[in-house]
Amino acid sequence: MDFVNQLQRKFIDYSSSLHREGIVDDQFTQLRKLEDENSPHFVMEVASLFFEDCEKLINNMAIALEQKQGVDFKQIDECIHQLKGSSSSIGAMRVKNACIAFRSFSDGQNREGCLRCLQQLSHEYSLLKNKLQTLFRLEKQIVAAGGSIPRVH
Amino acid sequence: MRVERVISDENDSFPVGMRVLAVDDDPTCLLLLETLLTKCKYNVTTTSQAITALKMLRENKNKFDLVISDVHMPDMDGFKLLELVGLEMDLPVIMLSANGDTKLVMKGITHGACDYLLKPVRIEELQNIWQHVIRRKKFDRKDQDGSGSQDKPYIDSSEAAGLGNVDQNGKFNKKRKDQNEDEDEERDENGHDNEDLSTQKKPRVVWSVELHRKFVAAVNQLGVEKAVPKKILELMNVENLTRENVASHLQKFRLYLKRISCVANQQANMAAALGSVDSTHLRMGTMNGLGNFHTLAGPDQIHNAAFRSFQHSGVLRRLNTPAGVGISGLPSSGLVQLSPVQNLGNTSTYQRKLQSFVIPGNHNANILQGMPMSLEFDQLQNNRAASHVGQFPSVDNTTVLPVSSISGSLIDAGCSNSPLLGVTSNSLLLEGSSQLPTLHASNLRDSVSGFPNRSTLSDFTSIAPASNQLHGSKADIQDQAFPISCNAGKIISSAPQDWNAPKKDAPYQSNVPSCSINSLRAVNGDMAQLGQCLDQNNPIFNRNVGFDFVDPLSIKCSEGENLAMEPSVIEKEGYLMVQPSRQGIYIPDNEGENFAMEPSVIEKEGYLIVQPRRQGSYIPGNLGSLEDLASAMTKQDHDKGKPTDGDFGYNDYSLRTCI
Repeated sequence: MDFVNQLQRKFIDYSSSLHREGIVDDQFTQLRKLEDENSPHFVMEVASLFFEDCEKLINNMAIALEQKQGVDFKQIDECIHQLKGSSSSIGAMRVKNACIAFRSFSDGQNREGCLRCLQQLSHEYSLLKNKLQTLFRLEKQIVAAGGSIPRVH
Repeated sequence: MRVERVISDENDSFPVGMRVLAVDDDPTCLLLLETLLTKCKYNVTTTSQAITALKMLRENKNKFDLVISDVHMPDMDGFKLLELVGLEMDLPVIMLSANGDTKLVMKGITHGACDYLLKPVRIEELQNIWQHVIRRKKFDRKDQDGSGSQDKPYIDSSEAAGLGNVDQNGKFNKKRKDQNEDEDEERDENGHDNEDLSTQKKPRVVWSVELHRKFVAAVNQLGVEKAVPKKILELMNVENLTRENVASHLQKFRLYLKRISCVANQQANMAAALGSVDSTHLRMGTMNGLGNFHTLAGPDQIHNAAFRSFQHSGVLRRLNTPAGVGISGLPSSGLVQLSPVQNLGNTSTYQRKLQSFVIPGNHNANILQGMPMSLEFDQLQNNRAASHVGQFPSVDNTTVLPVSSISGSLIDAGCSNSPLLGVTSNSLLLEGSSQLPTLHASNLRDSVSGFPNRSTLSDFTSIAPASNQLHGSKADIQDQAFPISCNAGKIISSAPQDWNAPKKDAPYQSNVPSCSINSLRAVNGDMAQLGQCLDQNNPIFNRNVGFDFVDPLSIKCSEGENLAMEPSVIEKEGYLMVQPSRQGIYIPDNEGENFAMEPSVIEKEGYLIVQPRRQGSYIPGNLGSLEDLASAMTKQDHDKGKPTDGDFGYNDYSLRTCI
């Protein structure tokens, strides 16, 4: 049981750090609250969907920004919008903020600025993905060890 | 909560088990939404495609109680879906978006959304959405039996909550002043309520062409601004019609007028486009009652039957226009020429250049169906330089596009931004024949630009410019009046202004479309002026015969924008753009809102949608809504052109506006 407790403490700490660092926000907490016996892996599922979506959108934007003949800012704008929606839905605060910043550059049709933002966005996304995956791993470990996942808030 | 006792139509534990249809192309959000809704104990169905959603809804109208939809979707604009659902199924629709811009919210409202939520959605917000279902039912019931017996405490609180909620969305209440007024009355009557709230399917009042015509006449008599349901009811003198029915219809009508007024402003010039029209010239006489609407009165086909003005947001909602509404039976090759309303000031005759609308092939397209001709065309005209045949009058954008009026009738008066109107004119103008004054593409563009929503055009009945035919008959076009039945007064006046301020109009665009195309029909009847209807015009308008306004797309006018009208609509729908030659005015769907209106539609429809050269007629999205509205109203499967392209698949809208 000590082991489980240890894991649980580790989980709590890690989770708090995510919040502190702004990786995730309150919405993420809400998502966790939705998890219950009926949908035990809800957060993981949503996160996976988000990762897929995000990667796709980032790729699309990268391609769009590389177009020699002219960047389709409208498309970029749509991607940003969608990403903003999904990141805010999952509680990925920094990703969402990166989107907001990105938007102003795309509105200004500033290709350089967009490229920079895209990079930033990509970075935030990777960070989020890593952290969340670590968190989920911890969760699995706890469950495997027979413990229950502590509610953070 | 006592609610359960009262409401439940589906089961006794309402809102538990309320059937919600959730639509969002983002899988993350969709899953989240589904989970949240399930947590609220609703019965959830999800889909990531608007088209699928529509299909599901159409399959069984009673399958769902509420729809929640994202605004930005790849296959169809959320506002368009909103309108359609409102029109066809009359279900409450909640919009969802990551973008909480006031303008967008307004748009949602004008298109008829009953709520607008921001992402990320919280469960608390979803827990209250059942109120929209109840409110609607209650309201409906009152309409139906006019006895408002409802469980008052319950209702009141829910309404209050609803209203409060709505307030958050900004201006909801303002726009709904009519509704509030009604609700107040409801509350008053709540005293006796032993009636079970449960929905018994109240028999819906069908706003037939005749009925609508009477309504419009009554409104005009009283003055659009001053018309109150009670007096209207008295004037109409129809049995079994309750004040509530009238009130709700009036609300829609007003919204519609507002929407089309926006369009009207810009449309003025469109009318000019008509070139030689075959022989059908739509003579749009000014509708007297409506303030100089030119009604597209095809000689026989265009039904001038009550153009119903639809309030955009829901205008069509309760308009059940019978087939007769609108322009029926447009002759296939007839050109409906709508003479641009040149001087709106003079109601009586529109000596506008004819705008010919050629509506190829669809005879019974009630293009004008539901076009509330009540537009005060007068005003429209004033504002708009009449489009001259042969040349589009430089669109001062005042040219109220007659066409638009027709289709525009969908426009709600008072919609200052009725891009639609503007658009329609463009569409009208888009006339293929070289001689026909091409819609000033630029005008169109200008006007179009005003519309953020493309959808508006859709309502415009497509006026098929008989491009070829029109050539010869410029003269004919002269008097085309567009019956834009919109409460012209408001719309028109507002239109011009808006027109010129393109972007401003945007907000209202959606409203426009709601003009009931039916009005077209009515217009004919009412507008004596129409006098010379294009003989063959009617077909254009009759595209969708049987315009059935049951549930108009919720052309909830999105804020000022013609919701359903997407620019593309214009194109596609061929708002009035009937064009024998493909030159029609191509109203690009810039707004992106055009639902599924593909330019091709225009062609299909044979609508002269303007323009021989693609110039422009850019019909802002807002128009689309009109068109959609129109189509919705007509509910006819237009063989030609289901305006919407694939996305929408809304075949009924083939009529797209003839305007």
